[in-house]
Amino acid sequence: MSTPHPTPPNGSAACGPGNGLRIQFSEIEKRYGMRLALRGISLEIAPGECVALVGHNGSGKTTLLKIVAQLTKPSRGNLAFYSAENSVSLEEVKSRVGMVGHNTLLYEEMSAEENLIFFAKLFGLANPADVSRQALQPVGLANRASDLVRTFSRGMRQRLSIARALLASPGLLLFDEAGTGLDPEGQHWLGTTIKRLRDSGCTILMSTHGRNETQEAVTRAIRLEQGKITHDSGAGGNPNEVLVMAAVRESGEEGGV
Amino acid sequence: MSTEAQTQPSIGPAISVPSVLLVFLLLAAASYGALIWAPTENTMGLVQRIFYFHVASAWSGFISFLLVFIGSVAYLRTRALKWDWLSVASAEVGVAFFTVVLVTGPIWAKPVWGIWWTWDARLTSSFLLWVLFVSYLVLRSLVEEPERRAIVSAVFGIFAALDIPLVYFSIWWFRTQHPQPVIGDGGKLDARMGWVLLLCWAATLGVMVVLIRLRYRLESLRSEVDALRMESARNTR
Amino acid sequence: MTLARATSVILAKELRTEFRSRQLLGTTAVFVLIVIVLFSFTFNPTSTESRRFGPGLLWLSFLFAGSLMLQSSFLREQTNDTLAALRLAPIEPFSIIAGKMAANFLFLLLVEVILLPVFAVLYNVAILPVLPQLLLVLATGTIGLAATGTVFSAVAAQARLRELLLPLLLLPVLAPVLIASTEATIGVLQDPSELSLVWLTFLACFDVVFLTAAWMVGEYLLEE
Repeated sequence: MSTPHPTPPNGSAACGPGNGLRIQFSEIEKRYGMRLALRGISLEIAPGECVALVGHNGSGKTTLLKIVAQLTKPSRGNLAFYSAENSVSLEEVKSRVGMVGHNTLLYEEMSAEENLIFFAKLFGLANPADVSRQALQPVGLANRASDLVRTFSRGMRQRLSIARALLASPGLLLFDEAGTGLDPEGQHWLGTTIKRLRDSGCTILMSTHGRNETQEAVTRAIRLEQGKITHDSGAGGNPNEVLVMAAVRESGEEGGV
Repeated sequence: MSTEAQTQPSIGPAISVPSVLLVFLLLAAASYGALIWAPTENTMGLVQRIFYFHVASAWSGFISFLLVFIGSVAYLRTRALKWDWLSVASAEVGVAFFTVVLVTGPIWAKPVWGIWWTWDARLTSSFLLWVLFVSYLVLRSLVEEPERRAIVSAVFGIFAALDIPLVYFSIWWFRTQHPQPVIGDGGKLDARMGWVLLLCWAATLGVMVVLIRLRYRLESLRSEVDALRMESARNTR
Repeated sequence: MTLARATSVILAKELRTEFRSRQLLGTTAVFVLIVIVLFSFTFNPTSTESRRFGPGLLWLSFLFAGSLMLQSSFLREQTNDTLAALRLAPIEPFSIIAGKMAANFLFLLLVEVILLPVFAVLYNVAILPVLPQLLLVLATGTIGLAATGTVFSAVAAQARLRELLLPLLLLPVLAPVLIASTEATIGVLQDPSELSLVWLTFLACFDVVFLTAAWMVGEYLLEE
């Protein structure tokens, strides 16, 4: 397994500068059958923020991310996106969002390069082959381009997943517990990558489970419980209080896990 | 991105006693008409009287399946669970009616033609319709999450309903090409028979409405119980 | 990204994945072969009998094979939740279904064409003189099979007992296709050969109705 490159991003392997999107949630509610997964979520996220969503399993973090990714529609409420002062249509936004989940969302029986080319085509990118090859470099997978994903370790799959999320130079990146299953080295790499992406102008929304390396890049922390926002460190505030409190709560209630 | 407000699904009204009495009355009148008042048919004799309920059940069964189609389309457009309740209620009642059709057909056929079953156009089509909506019910039993189940059965319900005319035409044309004795027809229909048939149909329609409303109410209550159960499970955690 | 373009990208991916392993195609072809052979044991394959029963058994085996093969269409996308990856892309949700429908149509047609000569030999039927008409009937019938089967594959993927469920859902709905295709095939293989316009138009109607239905409601199946 090759070590990740600490080199700075190049070409399409970063957020497009000036691409940062502003997100506005108005009274978002999500109901699954009779169960309320999210209730009364009103929030505004400015371009360039790196927001950590913390909370227990089932608190609504993943649901919120899915709504932003448009994988699911809210039962009530309004979600709007803005770039500069102009509103961006939901269809347009789709081509500017990248998501890394804790499922890898990759095709096992295709090679790394084939996976990227396929998704590049679906995103309507010109020269999918070139874009794909360039995208493999910063995540250190250039020499495994034609190997099947089936042969990759968990860490390599996450890196490929991130390369895929960055293909279309997104303005918004979503990470759903992307650090799960990574060894400490992988987590460190993920943390520095997120910081680098934030510095290059992306808006980042990530859900995390507890204290880990990825939280160093965070500029704002929001805690969810049973579908409601309980704490929000705010756009200019210090996220650490919320992060620490969330970590203490979780380790206290889960017996120090 | 805003969607219509997801209102709490409403529980249907309880069945009123007068309406049930009315249906009983209709049924009684229809039975009298079919069994006694209508003239005995020349060629087939007494057993022909079963024809009234056989045909009336088929017509009401059709309307039930039409309601499945309507409920399915309405659910997909509005996402209000009450349409799903209507669909499942109508499907079950429709299957019940077509079971009557499939049972009365052979009962009629055996004394008249000496065989229990011929693959004649109407009976075969009825059989296929019955199978289609039994499959619909089987599908529902295999999906647990209510919203998922509603979506999935709405799609299948629409496909099954669209299939109905295609089934009828293909079987009918097949039979025109390869004719053989028909169970559904035979015998002339005199005026009194026509009236009795209409009366029987009114009666079966009444039964259909009552049964669907009861089943709809059952489904809505079930839904409420599930919600309460989930709520209490969450509060005790 | 237009519907046509997205559909063709997905179609290409499905074809490439399948032709790399050829597992599904091979297994399906063998299954159809087994069914055809077993059916031939059930009656005395004289010329007239073959021409009467053969086409029906052929289509029946295509339907059975199809309802088994179509399982994997959406089941495959549950690995690593690649369906979510497809839905994240800025494409119309229907293009996912359309791409798979087109791929399934091609796979099934390929299996059918491969088994046609085997059928001809086992049942003593001359197919070469009427090959174009036969292929027309095959194609029109298979469109209905592939279209409906792909949608139901998405349905069954969300339920329990999906191996049993897909045939249970698909076969009754496809009964009209079975009747029409069988009759049309019998007509074509007759002496003198006759291509029934009624049945062919009927099959085309079936295809149009269900393709339209799939287009209108199919995407709801992909939602979360």
